[in-house]
Amino acid sequence: MALLEVRDLRVAFPRGKKGEVEALRGVDLTLEKGQRLGVVGESGAGKSMLAFAILNLIAEPGRVTQGSVTFDGENLLTMSERQIRRIRGNRISMIFQDPMVTLNPVLSIGTQMIETLKAHRRITDREAHKLCVDKLKLVAIPSAESRMDAYPHELSGGLRQRVVIAIALLTDPELIIADEPTTALDVTIQAEIMSLILTLCRENNVALILITHDLGVVAEVTERLMIMYAGKCVETGRTRDIIDRPKHPYAVGLLKALPQNSTRGAKLYQIPGSMPPITNLPSGCPYHPRCERATDECRAAMPPLEHGVACFHPMHETPAEETEATT
Amino acid sequence: MSDVTDPIVETRGLEMRFSLPTHFLSREKPVLHALSGVDVKIRKGETFCVVGESGCGKTTLGRAIMGLLTPSSGEVYFRGRRIDTMDEAERKPVRADMQMVFQNPYASLNPRRNVFQTLAEPIRHLMPEKSEADVRAQVEDVLDATGCDQSWQRKLPHEFSGGQRQRIAIARALVTNPAFVVADEPISALDVSIQAQILNLLNDLQDERDLTYMFITHDLSVVEHFGDRVAVMYLGQVMELAPTGNIFDDPKHPYTQLLLAAIPKLTGGSFDAPRTPGELPDPVNPSPGCPFAPRCAIAQDICRAERPRLRPIEDSGTMAACHFAENSRELIMDKENAGVSG
Amino acid sequence: MITWQGFLKRFLSDPVAIGAGIVLLFLIVMAVLAPWIAPQNPYDLLQLDIMDSELPPSWRDGGDERYWLGTDAQGRGVFSTIMYGTGISLIIGIGAVIVQGILGVTLGLWAGYKGGWVDSFLMRLADIQMSLSTLMIAIIALALFQAAFDANVYADYAIFMLIIIIGIAEWPKFARTVRSSVLGEKNKEYVDAARVIGLPARKVMWVHILPNTLTPVLVISTIQVAEAIMTEAALSFLGLGMPTDKPSLGSLIRSGFEFIFSGSWWITLYPALVLVALVLALNLLGDWLRDVLNPKLRRGDD
Repeated sequence: MALLEVRDLRVAFPRGKKGEVEALRGVDLTLEKGQRLGVVGESGAGKSMLAFAILNLIAEPGRVTQGSVTFDGENLLTMSERQIRRIRGNRISMIFQDPMVTLNPVLSIGTQMIETLKAHRRITDREAHKLCVDKLKLVAIPSAESRMDAYPHELSGGLRQRVVIAIALLTDPELIIADEPTTALDVTIQAEIMSLILTLCRENNVALILITHDLGVVAEVTERLMIMYAGKCVETGRTRDIIDRPKHPYAVGLLKALPQNSTRGAKLYQIPGSMPPITNLPSGCPYHPRCERATDECRAAMPPLEHGVACFHPMHETPAEETEATT
Repeated sequence: MSDVTDPIVETRGLEMRFSLPTHFLSREKPVLHALSGVDVKIRKGETFCVVGESGCGKTTLGRAIMGLLTPSSGEVYFRGRRIDTMDEAERKPVRADMQMVFQNPYASLNPRRNVFQTLAEPIRHLMPEKSEADVRAQVEDVLDATGCDQSWQRKLPHEFSGGQRQRIAIARALVTNPAFVVADEPISALDVSIQAQILNLLNDLQDERDLTYMFITHDLSVVEHFGDRVAVMYLGQVMELAPTGNIFDDPKHPYTQLLLAAIPKLTGGSFDAPRTPGELPDPVNPSPGCPFAPRCAIAQDICRAERPRLRPIEDSGTMAACHFAENSRELIMDKENAGVSG
Repeated sequence: MITWQGFLKRFLSDPVAIGAGIVLLFLIVMAVLAPWIAPQNPYDLLQLDIMDSELPPSWRDGGDERYWLGTDAQGRGVFSTIMYGTGISLIIGIGAVIVQGILGVTLGLWAGYKGGWVDSFLMRLADIQMSLSTLMIAIIALALFQAAFDANVYADYAIFMLIIIIGIAEWPKFARTVRSSVLGEKNKEYVDAARVIGLPARKVMWVHILPNTLTPVLVISTIQVAEAIMTEAALSFLGLGMPTDKPSLGSLIRSGFEFIFSGSWWITLYPALVLVALVLALNLLGDWLRDVLNPKLRRGDD
């Protein structure tokens, strides 16, 4: 049984008097134990919405209109708030872009960590303290013991994010959901944090959903990849396969447009236009106004997600076996 | 025409110190060293990239050149004339030749002024001799050149997407036909699929209008594609200054090597080994030695005692501020191997 | 940003705003048209007859149908004096807010943009002034003024004096509001873009920063008009405001107050009701404006 199964997840927000607008328009995903999945998309593609919906954290006035989120056999969306608290922050941990979402500025690091731990475990203060110091050491925070008394504002951005990771690991979760965890950080700090997350996930067999806009980070850290566009998954599969042989024209365009993938000094490939807002989606495939391969078929109907790609005219129509063999 | 090697913009010993706010009774007067002795020469027609992490002084350098900040000491030259000490009347003609594109297209356009008002203002202020008809013609030209629609003129910024706003901001920078443009992280606030559009636009405009760019960014992969020469900055100093090819093929400074290693690669595999946390040293109390020494794998006693000067390395065309620039790569490699075997 | 259509749509969808708007509009129209529609000109002594004094409202025993809401001790129709008095109260309220606005916006803009010692000096000055109550400042100033000039001169200039005193006493509210929005705006890149082309500070402040700080100014203006009207009413009630021959709502309430125990309650009650309606309508509109214009409280579109 898969660790996490999301089926046809839809989230909508009210608009106007009676209308609703869908921010997430039917997303499926399956995550095995210890598997690392990257979710990539532009702002407004619905990738953060997906994370919040999985945790049943969609804030009013939005709501999950349809679908199921099954974690270890239990549907998170139908659970009571009490039941879900046994899972959220315990068996599933979260890391956000801004460490200060997680950290309380007026409490010391140690107090926050011990409180978090005691909320989920029956444990003495002394044991809790020891465990917290161990976790701080695990995320390579220098002089971990003395940092327990530090306040969040006394730490740099990189160290704060390390503390957040340490808190996320406190309860030995089976799944970590990280929403743009390094976007606000410098490149060298990003490399440190991402390699830390990667190592920790590997060593402890923790599954990871990494939400980011950066294909490079995904390529470094994840095994599976899901590319989102306008509230839908347009391509999913093994990270390596998609990066080497993308099928959806949007994925192809994104990869081709990266400076890394073009020769020095040459003109970059560019996708024309921009992603439509969810309040004003075109008919059929939402990508068709920007797509070189679009036909009348694409303008008329939304292509279903088949063989990992939601496109009537995908690129690289190589059979799956061949793909497996080459990598 | 001046000689190609003649710099269009030059800084000499540029220093920028900020007094930090303290309690008025406090004895300490902490001073932040945002730039300490920066010498750069930007050649006509090139794209000069300034790379570094937050707090390295790259934005401060751009702002000091543009006159948004007054240097604490040092000199700024434009086409051989010193501009940082000019008064406003003298500087006005220079301003039409130097323009800037900002990072955040959501903040760089005044939300209450329409596109025409935004674009006409620089012409009206800097070229008062232009008639209203000229102003209108110039605005229309620059909108065409930057791929903006003429119908945008009467619209307000909130009606546009981020990419469109950045086009308008570029149009504003080019409306006075400048020779030199500072672009401060012009694509980092944009979505991935829009970044390529803006980079290509900047590239095309450079060819059409014979522009010189100072391109400030934290993203080395953009530099590789876009830059002619690169200055890598760290804590207010230039660590390495070299043609783009050299930076990527043969980086001399350990910090440049660290930055390159930190780029997430599509091929993957470079984040597999855990890294030790590196933190920026305190810019308020700089050490007498190399600012990078506390993070450097190969730092020796001399690095902590004596600040290395930016010097030419062999005849490679690279300048680096490192005592061990000639063989830093071998030293780092040895160190890593020793770490693995030991 | 909110468009005029959006603004109107929100106004029309809020019954409280519509109600307050209608009340305010009614009172303003009534005050403006008073010279033409009032049954009597209370300033014209020739139209007054002392024999008509203290008549009850027309529907009560002894009421006179010429005076719908009765008359006061000098034989002026209460309805007519309310119409004229509302006008005077509004002139003082709006006038005082214009003075507050000009002083406060200018000083707040200057303090916020320049920073440093200019900012410290102006803000400490504002602090000092805020720690003295407006009423206290006004009482001292007006008492001095009344003592220094004779009653006729005072009567002629009372309206200007009230505007200026209430205006000066309340500038710190505008200055603080503007200053804090300027601090938020001045570091935005559009201000840098204006400085890059060498626009002088004066132009950057007035042309670029000021228009982006006016939203909160609009909100507090509405509420400050209500506050100024209340201050004026309080001063008049204490005998320091408008003289009785040119009564504002406050002086009307005061002049009737002496007779309330002799049974002539209508002289006080009706002006007081109008004052409450006016102030309430302004405050409700101010609150509504704040909700609409403050993007942090707004949800839905863009």
